[in-house]
Amino acid sequence: MKILPLAICLAVLAGVPLTRASASEPVNMEPERQERWNQIAQYLFGDRKVEPTETLIKLDAPKRAQDAALVPITLTMPEKNGIKSVYLVIDDNPAPFAAKFTFGPAADAGSVQLRVRIDTYTNVHAVAETKDGRLFETAAFVKASGGCSAPVAASDEKAMAGMGEMRMKFAEGAAAGKPVEATLMIRHPNFNGMQKNPITQYFTPPRYIDKMSVSSGNAKVFDLEADISLSTNPVITFSFVQNGREPLKVVASDTKDGHWEQGFDIPAAMN
Amino acid sequence: MLYAHMHISSFLKDVSGQPGIGAVSALQMSRRAALIGGFCLCCLPSSTAAATMTEVGPGIFIRAAPHEEAAAANHGGIANIGFVVGRDSVLVTDSGGSLTDGEWLRAEIRKRTDKPIRHVLITHVHPDHSFGAAAFAADRPAFVGHHALRSALEARGEFYQKRLAEVLGAESAGSVVYPTQEVMKDGAEIDLGGRVVRLSAHATAHTDCDLSMLDVETGLLFPADLLFVNRVPSLDGSLPGWLAELDKLKALGASRAVPGHGPPIVDMAPAMADLTRYLSTLSDGTRKAIASGVSIEDAARSVAQSERDRWVLFDDYNERNVIQAYKELEWE
Repeated sequence: MKILPLAICLAVLAGVPLTRASASEPVNMEPERQERWNQIAQYLFGDRKVEPTETLIKLDAPKRAQDAALVPITLTMPEKNGIKSVYLVIDDNPAPFAAKFTFGPAADAGSVQLRVRIDTYTNVHAVAETKDGRLFETAAFVKASGGCSAPVAASDEKAMAGMGEMRMKFAEGAAAGKPVEATLMIRHPNFNGMQKNPITQYFTPPRYIDKMSVSSGNAKVFDLEADISLSTNPVITFSFVQNGREPLKVVASDTKDGHWEQGFDIPAAMN
Repeated sequence: MLYAHMHISSFLKDVSGQPGIGAVSALQMSRRAALIGGFCLCCLPSSTAAATMTEVGPGIFIRAAPHEEAAAANHGGIANIGFVVGRDSVLVTDSGGSLTDGEWLRAEIRKRTDKPIRHVLITHVHPDHSFGAAAFAADRPAFVGHHALRSALEARGEFYQKRLAEVLGAESAGSVVYPTQEVMKDGAEIDLGGRVVRLSAHATAHTDCDLSMLDVETGLLFPADLLFVNRVPSLDGSLPGWLAELDKLKALGASRAVPGHGPPIVDMAPAMADLTRYLSTLSDGTRKAIASGVSIEDAARSVAQSERDRWVLFDDYNERNVIQAYKELEWE
């Protein structure tokens, strides 16, 4: 079935939070950078067409990263009911694919926020896949340096302390029947293979969270696939539609053998 | 000062605007621009050639550095550095922001005394305080640092060296020098011959390896980068930790201090009050933002803006300070 973006847009407009004026820098159009993106798009999506959009997905990123190992990114999908998944790609990171969110029935796909490492001056692409299988991209240019190899902590032991501990914060002011914004925090060094162990001077082997899944009762909010670019102690902000009083359940696993699960009761005031 | 792993972005920015090395006109421009409030001082070069040592106490010489980012024109000399002369020997603290900066300091020492340089303090890991140490290698001094300095240098030194070499050239940047004497939690004393200095290894504050020094004879405190004056502080350790260490420094009762950045010597009370106010504002504002669900990027743009007109280079560091504070305090 074909989605009619305009109709959806009107239908959900009331639920869309006020959007900030974007402070992002426009995509850099240098031929080499465009060629880089074409290669990545080919790798990720094969021969599928990836169309530019100014409406279906918006990317908010700082022009200049204050902390290249913690660059906050906001993806906004105004026509959220038509969105199946979103990709974040950092073109010139050693592994460009950063994250893919696949939304489930309990999701409010209007926006997600995450924090990433950015290694160099690069275009950052956001791609939305609609439920009818089309791909749309937007991009911003971010000036950052050294985010991927920046040391995590004074020692690997310190960095790994409390690994897997989770917190969930719910935004205040939610009303019954309305989407609820939540922020998930999880302690994890997210070693990406590029940090040196300060003691041994060898590169710390990669160990990062590559899968995360959030559900409201039995209904999926989103599945996240991630690669080396998520920041240490990942923090993800998303919205979901409440499923009765069912707790929010998080399942996370990393590239070694780490596996963590936790349920979070939704504050009573929201029910 | 910090140009830690993440701040290189602005580092590069500043370098790209450099008109070249040692131009007299550039120096004059810097002086003039420095008089004009609100100018982006970070982009303007100066030269250590114009720097002078101030004798801030008997046998205590300090060079106060300009509030700039490391650049070819300033040879990385952007932190206060200097030395203390005892009856038998000389102690250096800090040694400079590059090999060139350290060599300059060594020449200044030799203009004033022939006594052996037996101790070189490295007050913390940041390059503007640590890279001058290599200039003293031939003196075979004890390189003295916090017990956590070695691992901090091992984690970051190579990265700093690379970035500094990009800015200053490899031959000017110098190399990483590791401490040969570590100060443990109980502190340490060094006798320069009739002149004792007392060293304290602090808990995580500005960084995780801050070392301070008290000259017992004069009561003068050398808090290094635990005390920023005029230049906006940079947070690279722990915000609650820094506030706690400031209380300990105040309890030492010193009335005057040599800050890591700022004038060569200041009265402790007003300088500490300014710094405490900034850090408290940063802490309170960040906690409030976290509690009310303000995102990290919105917090970075809004927290502590009331301090904006009080500090040089505020816009270059405050947002990053908020991010550091936010990611620490959000787990409280």
